[in-house]
Amino acid sequence: MSAIILRDVRLALGGRVVLDRVSLDIPAGAFVGVLGPNGAGKTTLLRAVLGLVPPRQGTLRVLGQPPSRGNAAIGYMPQARGLLATLPLRGWDFVAGAVNGHRLGLPVLGKLERAEVDRVLDLVGAGALARRPLTDLSGGERQRLLLAQALIGRPRLLLLDEPLISLDPHHQHGVVDLVKSVQRELGVTVLFSAHELNPLLGALDLVLYLGGGQAALGTVEEVITGPVLSRLYGAPIDVVRLGGRIFVMSGGHDMEHDAHRHDVAEAGHDHA
Amino acid sequence: MLDYDFMRTAFAASGVVALVAGAVGYFLVLRGQTFAGHALAHVGFTGATGAVLLGAAPLWGLVVATLAAGIGMGAAGERLAQRDVAIGLVLALALGLGLLFLHFYTAFATQATALLFGNVLAVDSETLRTLLALGAVSLAALAVIARPLLFASLQPELAEARGVSPRLYGVAFLALVALATAGCAQIVGVLLVFALMVGPAATAQRLTGGVGSGVALSAALALAEAWLGLALAYYTDWPTSFWITALSAAVYLFAHIRVGA
Repeated sequence: MSAIILRDVRLALGGRVVLDRVSLDIPAGAFVGVLGPNGAGKTTLLRAVLGLVPPRQGTLRVLGQPPSRGNAAIGYMPQARGLLATLPLRGWDFVAGAVNGHRLGLPVLGKLERAEVDRVLDLVGAGALARRPLTDLSGGERQRLLLAQALIGRPRLLLLDEPLISLDPHHQHGVVDLVKSVQRELGVTVLFSAHELNPLLGALDLVLYLGGGQAALGTVEEVITGPVLSRLYGAPIDVVRLGGRIFVMSGGHDMEHDAHRHDVAEAGHDHA
Repeated sequence: MLDYDFMRTAFAASGVVALVAGAVGYFLVLRGQTFAGHALAHVGFTGATGAVLLGAAPLWGLVVATLAAGIGMGAAGERLAQRDVAIGLVLALALGLGLLFLHFYTAFATQATALLFGNVLAVDSETLRTLLALGAVSLAALAVIARPLLFASLQPELAEARGVSPRLYGVAFLALVALATAGCAQIVGVLLVFALMVGPAATAQRLTGGVGSGVALSAALALAEAWLGLALAYYTDWPTSFWITALSAAVYLFAHIRVGA
């Protein structure tokens, strides 16, 4: 069974087409790394799956249904904002803010809702963390709470938008390992967008590489090759394998690393 | 002190306004929109002076102008609400227009001082009834939207994916801020709205990391500062607004020193 099906899909952001005539099937239960340069459409694809960006053309099916806003079967972890580090709230209250957040009334949680918060915090091993204020937590610890928030309501599909952004390599591996163990335990499908392939190498089942309006889905061996990436980047790309790591190079530049550096500069100084 | 009619009225008026300001202010600080709240107060000055010029009650001018500005700012979106320059210019223009309206009105000085710095002792029973009604409406509306508002404030993208419109709640919330601001302006004046809206809320967020406890503490602090300010003004004969701002700043400072940097 497929978790997500795209048939001839065109996605646009404003007037700019980011994916054009893309067809692919993402199998249920897979851990999929969504990669590609800035502006390749990683976030737009995730938002389309959430029902926030309707396809201009083609058919999109999410867990067998057309995408719809408020689909409780999808867990979503948006890109962390800098503001999060300044929120004067305890971790528990921050996570709890998302429980049935669409309902009107006072944000007072019932017994079942409190149990749900404790359950998702236990899933990511953040029970103790959640008693501390967000301002005291490291970037990696805040990502743990965001993942817990995404797991509220027992989703079958997890969309994680750049969870590794502005984390140092040590914390990056911590987040990847955590997502992998949660995925194994719950048997959910994971779409994990990232700038760099290497931190994900041990966890990935499939790579979905976006670029130039195109997409390539397959194993690392199938997708991360010179010919496939040259087509996506629209420029000659060399793939260099070195000591268990993979580098995507164009004319001597490391494409993924350059893109990542650019983003860290934008994200400010949120070092774990 | 409570033997005097005007003192009883002043305690009632500042009490209801403080409770609303404390509760609404908690979300204002949480959302990082304090400067937008400040600007709304200034727009209120234009509305109040305009109403005076037309022969209407200044409170209604305040309510209409802040509501219109709040809804406008909310509709323009988060980006505008956090644009310092745009808000600053609107703020200056609002005060300038207010000055122009007062120029056409004869009793310049007393009106201007009362609007800018508040005059809670001059609140009459009709104004009190209006403040009570506005306060009840504001608190009831806040209680209805509090949950999705909190969600949209903490995690706008996630809230949007869950079917909660951050834009819609942004507009609804700034409309509430507008009502709270209009009330505050009656007590401490348009220039000092920060003291009741932001001081207690920021202090509460410094002292507790819970949402429910934060809102409750913020409202309690605002109430205590308003009433203590009134009492101090009664015994010292210094302006109430001075005492409220002094208490607000002192309590905020104290919380920072105690919790430690």
